Amino acid sequence: MPSKTRVVTTINGEETEFLCEPRQSLLECLRDVLGLTGTKEGCNDGNCGACTVMLDGRIVTSCLVLGVEAQGSQIITVEGIAAGQELDPLQQAFLEGAALQCGICTPGFLVAAKALLDREPNPSEERIRFWLANNLCRCTGYDKIIRSIQKVAADRQEANT
Amino acid sequence: MKWVDYESPESVEGVIELLTDSSGHCKIMAGGTDALVQLRVGRSDADVIVDIKKIPELMEIKFDSSTGLTLGAAVPCHQIYENTAIQNVFPGLVDSTSLIGGTQIQGRASVGGNLCNAAPSADAIPILIAYEVTCLIAGPEGRRSVAVEDFCTGPGKNILGKNEILASLHFPLPEKNSGACYLRFIPRNEMDIAVAGVGVKVVVENDTFKSARVALASVAPTPLFVREAGEILTGQSVNDANINEAARIAKSAAKPITDMRGTAEYRKHLCEVLTRRSLQTAIARARGDQS
Ligand SMILES: Cc1cc2nc3c(=O)[nH]c(=O)nc-3n(C[C@H](O)[C@H](O)[C@H](O)COP(=O)(O)OP(=O)(O)OC[C@H]3O[C@@H](n4cnc5c(N)ncnc54)[C@H](O)[C@@H]3O)c2cc1C
Ligand code: FES
Ligand code: FES
Repeated sequence: MPSKTRVVTTINGEETEFLCEPRQSLLECLRDVLGLTGTKEGCNDGNCGACTVMLDGRIVTSCLVLGVEAQGSQIITVEGIAAGQELDPLQQAFLEGAALQCGICTPGFLVAAKALLDREPNPSEERIRFWLANNLCRCTGYDKIIRSIQKVAADRQEANT
Repeated sequence: MKWVDYESPESVEGVIELLTDSSGHCKIMAGGTDALVQLRVGRSDADVIVDIKKIPELMEIKFDSSTGLTLGAAVPCHQIYENTAIQNVFPGLVDSTSLIGGTQIQGRASVGGNLCNAAPSADAIPILIAYEVTCLIAGPEGRRSVAVEDFCTGPGKNILGKNEILASLHFPLPEKNSGACYLRFIPRNEMDIAVAGVGVKVVVENDTFKSARVALASVAPTPLFVREAGEILTGQSVNDANINEAARIAKSAAKPITDMRGTAEYRKHLCEVLTRRSLQTAIARARGDQS
């Protein structure tokens, strides 16, 4: 069998190396090779968003990215969102706002929502809903997720005034 | 599971060489949002995945205010709709690229990939036809170009020969007083496959159509250029009766099938409604209304 590819990349700020087969998805590499199981697999075909990660500043579904494509890139997963022991305000708001039930969709929603708030501190409800169209949730009915994100945005606005 | 190699050449010549010399089956990958899904479900097979995103020419947006836009085949949707020149000059392209998939898919999916994949429902193609785009193709014999309405030859089939790739898409600069628009119908607000889609471009001067082009998605084996719907408007005044007539022509040109997304009759009706609405938006844009 041909040899695996050695990939050097930065995940959550730390330089990381792994070996993978070229056909393996970034999602498989994160979960099965690196043990970063925060990122979830739902559909494995780009529809559900559970596998969302940041790749070089853009959110992508990691099931539709090859592990080898991560060579030299910057990746942020849900494991990189909290500051040490301190939860990100979005994580705290999801907990307090009951924005999760089974939790499978949660890492994807958190990464996607953080990317939005980092770009646009005060998005409208419609903007939030369209931004998250690629993230599906079978449990919550979305409203609690949207409200939690709005709360973080509102708290930030208040803190800045 | 079968071993698959990965190559990421850095020039168009490099890809062509690789395709020509490879003994196995090469699968080109731009954003991979169709290609990787097809490989995973076994709908296509590959010995080598050839990633074309490392090729500068294929990742470039080149706008020139006298000649128009050259869009690299692998540029992802988000870079297209975030580009200021494209926002100002090609609003119809912003329409189509901002409704393909959701944010994550738009981070990867390219217009070139949408075109090469040649789905009858492909959302990016009708507006390319409306904008009179030329496809620049690279192959072992050098370069050639074809009009985009001739590019797709059947569901999932295109005009590319063995060892050829799509390099870029050239958009001529729209005339003064022109406007364009792409609209699609899906049962939800986003993340679904078009039941029908319509892309149009008009040039309007003193309340008269100087020219118009209409193309449809999801109502034929390939994206459908309805030349007559545009031609009937040429030289006519801009009014509801003429717009409705063009919409009726689009409806009768549509040759849809009935499937789980909609009946043939429903799709024909949608073509009429969407042609009318997209013409109205394109006219408003031609007159300088921002919407
Ligand atoms: C969740 C989800 C939602 C989607 N929503 C939509 C939607 O709303 N509307 C829509 O139209 N599509 C949609 N798609 C389909 C897909 O995202 C689009 O067709 C996209 O534009 C494909 O671009 P890509 O860069 O990912 O192409 P790839 O997957 O990389 O390539 C597509 C095909 O074209 C070939 N190819 C690519 N580039 C070239 C080239 N330069 N030369 C020769 N061959 C080439 C590949 O070999 C492959 O067969 C969706 C897909 C997913 C997974
Ligand atoms: S697992 Fe990647 S989008 Fe569903
Ligand atoms: S909490 Fe179960 S899918 Fe969202």
